[in-house]
Amino acid sequence: MAELRQPIESGAPDPKPYMHPVMVKNYGKWVFHSHPRPGVLYHRAESGDEIWTVKAGTQRQMDTYTIRKLAEIADKYGDGYVRFTTRSNIEYMVADEKKVEPLIKALTEAGFPVGGTANSVSMVAHTQGWLHCDIPGTDASGVVKALMDELYDEFVKCEMPNRVKLSTSCCEINCGGQADIAVIVQHTKPPKINHDLVANVCERPAVVARCPVAAIRPALVNGKPSLEVDEKKCICCGACYPPCPPMQINDPEHSKIAIWVGGKNSNARSRPTFHKLVAAGLPNNPPRWPEVSAVVKKILSVYKADARPWERMRDWIDRIGWPRFFEKTGLPFTKYHIDDWKGHRVTFNASAHIRF
Amino acid sequence: MAKQIPATPMLDQLESGPWPSFVTGLKRLAKEKDMMADLLGQLETSYETRKGYWKGGTVGVYGYGAGVIPRFTELKDENDQPLFPDAAEFHTLRVQPPAGMHYTSDLLRSLCDTWDKYGSGLIAFHGQSGDIMFQGIKTENVQPAFDELNEKGFDLGGAGPALRTSMSCVGAARCEMSCYDEARALRTVINNNLDDMHRPALPYKFKFKFSGCPNDCVNAIQRSDFATIGTWRDNIQVNEQLIQDWVAKHGKTELVNQVINMCPTKAIRLVPKDKVAQGDGYSVAAVDAQDCMEIDNHNCVRCMHCLNVIPGGLLPGKDKGVTILIGGKGVLKIGATMGTVIIPFMKLESDEDFEKLNELARNVLDFFAENALEHERTGEMIDRIGLVNFLEGIGIDVDPNMILEPRSNPYVRTDGWDEEVAKWNERKAAAKAG
Repeated sequence: MAELRQPIESGAPDPKPYMHPVMVKNYGKWVFHSHPRPGVLYHRAESGDEIWTVKAGTQRQMDTYTIRKLAEIADKYGDGYVRFTTRSNIEYMVADEKKVEPLIKALTEAGFPVGGTANSVSMVAHTQGWLHCDIPGTDASGVVKALMDELYDEFVKCEMPNRVKLSTSCCEINCGGQADIAVIVQHTKPPKINHDLVANVCERPAVVARCPVAAIRPALVNGKPSLEVDEKKCICCGACYPPCPPMQINDPEHSKIAIWVGGKNSNARSRPTFHKLVAAGLPNNPPRWPEVSAVVKKILSVYKADARPWERMRDWIDRIGWPRFFEKTGLPFTKYHIDDWKGHRVTFNASAHIRF
Repeated sequence: MAKQIPATPMLDQLESGPWPSFVTGLKRLAKEKDMMADLLGQLETSYETRKGYWKGGTVGVYGYGAGVIPRFTELKDENDQPLFPDAAEFHTLRVQPPAGMHYTSDLLRSLCDTWDKYGSGLIAFHGQSGDIMFQGIKTENVQPAFDELNEKGFDLGGAGPALRTSMSCVGAARCEMSCYDEARALRTVINNNLDDMHRPALPYKFKFKFSGCPNDCVNAIQRSDFATIGTWRDNIQVNEQLIQDWVAKHGKTELVNQVINMCPTKAIRLVPKDKVAQGDGYSVAAVDAQDCMEIDNHNCVRCMHCLNVIPGGLLPGKDKGVTILIGGKGVLKIGATMGTVIIPFMKLESDEDFEKLNELARNVLDFFAENALEHERTGEMIDRIGLVNFLEGIGIDVDPNMILEPRSNPYVRTDGWDEEVAKWNERKAAAKAG
């Protein structure tokens, strides 16, 4: 056996060796930007130096052929430098405006859509899903691919009132994040417990402690230590499943998809907001999830038509009010939209402020 | 090699349409890698049955306790043998990217070389915590793959109850809104606390994120326990020429409707030139021959909206620094929480400033390590013990910027009132004395 090698605990690498030289030279000294066309950003530094960025969508889960292709484009048409965004788009920086059009052409011809800037619909931030997660209720790469095929035009154009960020999460833990429109699996049935396995697999006190509504308690089942769930209390959050896989929460039929809107992390105008539930009960329907796309597209089309310039999804809803949101999108309002979690009273209307 | 790729009628449907297809990528890899042929088989099964088939386990590299996400298949036949044996082990290496996610083409190729040699050839740029996710490797190859990446200057990220890989926005590298050196802040805090990343011993995960301005492009407020957000405390800088260019192009009506009326604190007004406010705290720019745009900076909450609408015409002030918010997190125990302001403003320029940030970070990590319950995030701990106990624990004075409004509930003991008033007065006097 080869001798074991101590790791070099180098941590996060210094980005400067991999950064475009114009960006290194003008680090912290930028004074202006503009948006010459969808997918392209222009930045100017104090020194007068300029840089153009061309942004393109990727499939995030990339094979090395795709990555090598992206690198080849960087060498042939860019300056050899790229960066990735938090939503898995790739950005090519060039110091010469003449390189912009050939770069766009090369990316487009290679199948990478150029867009995602300013008032476009973003690439969907997403999770691992069936490809790699141990607790996924659905796929994520697939839902996103299906959704982005439908929203392709809104990615390559910038016709929305303000930017629209999307996310997809394959379970309620919502690793995908907060977004203007979020697609998240919603479990609708309590876990199915395989009592034969619990004692061998699960640390029972840890599972009991994990439940946010105290619906789980130790029990003896068929003479073996196991757990039981008070199904009336259970909110089907799935928190018990990771530490105790015999408490199966995913269900091919009853794990549905929900849509949430109006989250934003930016402080621009209003304070940051969490997204809110607007639709649930959509079927988990691979490989194209058409019901999900239909609801997302409906919300987007109403927002696009009705919101004013610079209103994010949440700003628009704040102006027109939630009742009008449901009316305009045609989405049904149900008892499940009324919050009953901790702190829910602050979400109630304690005023006579009502729009007619 | 070149195992027969199983039929994947459902996944095949994801090869059509204009968006780049991950399925096409998987199939390309499967032509050369048996592991990927079997991965396609398992994924197709998931599409058919609407169920996932991975379970975790324990796989790591020598010297570390985290950074590898083990995955073993649960899709087995009646004899407990994997249905897709070449993908029975399909682990992920989480690797920390250069801060700001910058790459040269050579670096990308070099990373691909290692992964083609040892892994599946599938890489995600990037996971939701910011890691480069090298997806799909057998247990026996984990150590050599890591060794090679490590020799190239890369290190594993966090997993489990540990400090996690961090993210910073593009920031100072290319953005005029940047208020500090995000990459330096990230590397200062992460690289000085790597022991907590590589050898998980915290109650639960702990995330730092770094945004250069309140636009918060990496979503620090909602998605990190410790959010460092760039800001400034003097006047918005004005480039009058660029503002006039903007007004000439868009018109005054748009200036009123899209800039002035959308200011959340009504800090901007359009005023005739001869009525412009004089004195400290105002930024003024003539928009045309008659009128000026006047910004009351003491009432500005640095929301970024007007700066976003008129890029370059309005810029952050010169007295830059950061606001720090603690306790943002996703769901689980108490639902999603935003970070809470604990440092309204601190400078982040000199070596001493960065050392102060590092000390604060260590202090918060230590308090979290000692006081949080198992599987409890910082936001949940604060929810349980109260903000004041947390502040006292880390030695930070209370500040009205930490709240939206004082308590409305009268059920409170105020026996220590006089002492607290004395503390406040002392601090005010000390601040005045400078």
